[in-house]
Amino acid sequence: MTKPLISIEALARRYPAPGGTETTVFENVWLPIAKGEFVCLIGHSGCGKTTILNVLAGLDQPSAGVVIVDGREISGPSLDRAVIFQGHSLLPWMSVMGNIAFAVTSRHPDWPKDKVRAHCQKYIDVVHLTGSEHKKPAELSGGMKQRVGIARALAIEPKMLLMDEPFSALDALTRGSLQDEVRRICTETEQTVFMITHDVDEAMLLADKIVLMTNGPGAKIAEIVENTLPKDRRRTDIHKHDSYYALRNHLLDFLVTRSKTFASEIAGKSYDPRRPPLVRPGETAAAAPPEIAPARAASA
Amino acid sequence: MRASLSLRAGLLSIAILAALIGIWHVATLPTAGAAGNVDPEYAALVSGAAAEGQKSAFPTPADVGATLWKHIKDPFYVRGANDQGVGIQLAYSLGRVLVGYGLAALVAIPLGFLIGMSPLTYRALDPFIQILKPISPLAWMPLALYTIKDSGISAIFVIFICSLWPMLINTAFGVASVRKEWLNVAATLEVGPLRKAFMVILPAAAPTIMTGMRISIGIAWLVIVAAEMLVGGTGIGYFVWNEWNNLSIGNILTAILLIGLVGMILDVALARAARLVAYRE
Repeated sequence: MTKPLISIEALARRYPAPGGTETTVFENVWLPIAKGEFVCLIGHSGCGKTTILNVLAGLDQPSAGVVIVDGREISGPSLDRAVIFQGHSLLPWMSVMGNIAFAVTSRHPDWPKDKVRAHCQKYIDVVHLTGSEHKKPAELSGGMKQRVGIARALAIEPKMLLMDEPFSALDALTRGSLQDEVRRICTETEQTVFMITHDVDEAMLLADKIVLMTNGPGAKIAEIVENTLPKDRRRTDIHKHDSYYALRNHLLDFLVTRSKTFASEIAGKSYDPRRPPLVRPGETAAAAPPEIAPARAASA
Repeated sequence: MRASLSLRAGLLSIAILAALIGIWHVATLPTAGAAGNVDPEYAALVSGAAAEGQKSAFPTPADVGATLWKHIKDPFYVRGANDQGVGIQLAYSLGRVLVGYGLAALVAIPLGFLIGMSPLTYRALDPFIQILKPISPLAWMPLALYTIKDSGISAIFVIFICSLWPMLINTAFGVASVRKEWLNVAATLEVGPLRKAFMVILPAAAPTIMTGMRISIGIAWLVIVAAEMLVGGTGIGYFVWNEWNNLSIGNILTAILLIGLVGMILDVALARAARLVAYRE
């Protein structure tokens, strides 16, 4: 494996609990992310997913451990790591163009106005918001707002994109089309992405690697699942691939049962948090019978 | 077809006004029959309406209308220190209010910004603000007169004090309650502190700050009348008190009407300004 772009090392988060003890949300989390990789983190609420993302973003401090980028420990937020927030987090008094221009001028304070404008326009076009440049966020639909958030993050041309359940507040149709667009943009630009989700289908469509986290408190990375679906997968035909059900069942199985019982699963066996097992479901096992079409993952 | 709501409301307003003036007119009609019984010397002494005995000093709507028209026709005359046009008096009052209010804004908004940015100062200064805020601004008047020794500046100081608190509190509150996610956006974009203050925090807090400014201008205009009654000399408050001493109810009613009008204009102006900085989420 090549040297990772970003490396999470021995990360832990604890907070004081009543009675003078400490509650550990997660501990000893190790995760390297290579350049150009799309990594999804899946886990139930309370396992510290958002905390990990906020630490990566530099918005939160871990109780222990470090995040290394380019051989250096991160000390705070950086323009190299753009965040797409769960709520769109647009500044409501600025137009679409204004919001993106605010980010671009933060990145390039010396750029003349025309250049900033042209640069913003490019990314407004990328997320298909041409014509809505001068609208205020309140005049946009939820999906359009999230597109602005994506354009704002892309426009600063970060080394890495961090997404915190970016589509969870959207309706299913909008979510689907935005997922397609994010996949297209990220493959085209070879963007490195770290995304949090609890939607199995979303992870299967977008991610190269799916990191499974056990339930908190004391959450840890159980395993890293490599996406065995072909690179050119699309939402419309993703379920026709041979390894689709194997992968999906593996992920669902983890979320439904193994995320709770993982501690007893590894009891007595060797488990190295620095090298969680890498799994490729569907590669060796036969494809699941097609008549088993599980209902959509519990994405609540 | 039904007339629009605003048209019907307007008609109703006019009807209410007509009814009020009608009641007023009937209530102030002179009682007939008693005229001519007044001792001419007494009449010469007290003069005017009071001399007629049966007629109250309270003017009829027509009298007040005439007085109002007289003031509007010639608002800026100066006939000695105690006889100046109502326009000049209003201008004095407005000038004091704007100076006191402007100084208060210059102090309250930056200070409120600092208080709002720092939870420590927010907590530390809170008891002072809570105790100073409910003090009637007029209670400061003796202290102001004693230390400043100038009645005009004292009046401005009183306006300053009463305008200060709503603006200070609202600015601090607005700044302290800027949404965390907007600050996170600024943080991830590595926005510098000054740019963050002017591009994120100020616009985010602006509607709350404007609300404070609107409350302040209302209070300032309420207080200036009372303050000028105390300090005397010039101003619409002094005018009212002077006309009370003259027992000229018509002038007082005219002044009351104008005070209301100016207060409304100030409020509307601030409301317009507030609309400029408002945003929908």
